Amino acid sequence: MSEHSAVPAKHGIHRASLFIPLGVFLLVLLLLWRGFSLGDPHALPSALLNQPLPEFALPVLHEPDRIVSSEAMHGEPFLLNVWATWCPTCRAEHAELARIARDYGVPIFGINYKDNPAEARRWLARFGDPYVFSVVDADGSLGIDLGVYGAPETFLVDADGVIRYKRVGAVDQRVWDTKLAPILAELRDAS
Amino acid sequence: MRPEVMLRVLVLGLALLAGHVQASSIDVYEFATREQEARFHALNAELRCPKCLNTNLWGSDAPIARDLRRTVANMVREGHSDQEIRDYLVSRYGDFILYKPRFTAKTAALWVGPFVLLFLGLAIIAVMIRNQRREARLGMDDLTPDDEARLARLRHQLQADASGVSPRS
Repeated sequence: MSEHSAVPAKHGIHRASLFIPLGVFLLVLLLLWRGFSLGDPHALPSALLNQPLPEFALPVLHEPDRIVSSEAMHGEPFLLNVWATWCPTCRAEHAELARIARDYGVPIFGINYKDNPAEARRWLARFGDPYVFSVVDADGSLGIDLGVYGAPETFLVDADGVIRYKRVGAVDQRVWDTKLAPILAELRDAS
Repeated sequence: MRPEVMLRVLVLGLALLAGHVQASSIDVYEFATREQEARFHALNAELRCPKCLNTNLWGSDAPIARDLRRTVANMVREGHSDQEIRDYLVSRYGDFILYKPRFTAKTAALWVGPFVLLFLGLAIIAVMIRNQRREARLGMDDLTPDDEARLARLRHQLQADASGVSPRS
């Protein structure tokens, strides 16, 4: 009997190895499933998270002679919204920004990104102006300093001017409730 | 399709193509030296447009790609090194902007993975070859003492069967 014991054992190893292709298949399946469920491949993480706002000196949209720097925004947590009249999604999120400014009392500053200032002023007159002020980034250089690659983008910045969250695309009520509002509440509690 | 309709489609296609060619060659960048120009071209080829997933800065007509080309051109003119320019853009747009990712803890799997897989493959092939050789040698010369004993018993049994005598246990 003992001389036969080696045979089933060897057979057992052989059987187990039959499952290797299945294992590889499941592994590939898992990887693909993970890869495809990552969601929007455009959504790149902001390299500027927890970094201070870049320095700038830009004119204010409604007072072209007034040049402001990022310090003009510091003091309490605020939103910094990149917008333009040529951007339809900015138009879509505009009402939500107005609601946020009204209901939550959070200051919203605008960056009028690569736009025509006269048209931008008309746009705000027509659709309402939720911004404390907007700065004019005519050539998009502040945009590059902020890692902006399209409008709208919205930054949540703390009282010291450190970027705490970045939203690429429109801010709607869902984004506000699930992402921005909780971080804002945290920042307000901390200060 | 009637001939004149086909002709219209063809003309429209060519017109669109012409527009495209014009749009991508509209920016002209002037540099003080040939070397600066070469560096500008090399950087544009290796930097990725953040708006479009699979195009470098040269290949994209996106406004952001144009802005970044301008930024790269300015930085080259101002005498920044290639690495300084890359670092600046990475600090703004993250690793995404590099077609050739840096070696960090996050990208280690990307860089090392293929070599690990190659090594694994070679190891599997080596083991398979060794097993095959061993199987080919089996029954020839280097049997273990256990195998030799078993072989002797089996031979004995075979002989006994052939001569019609039941084997002793």
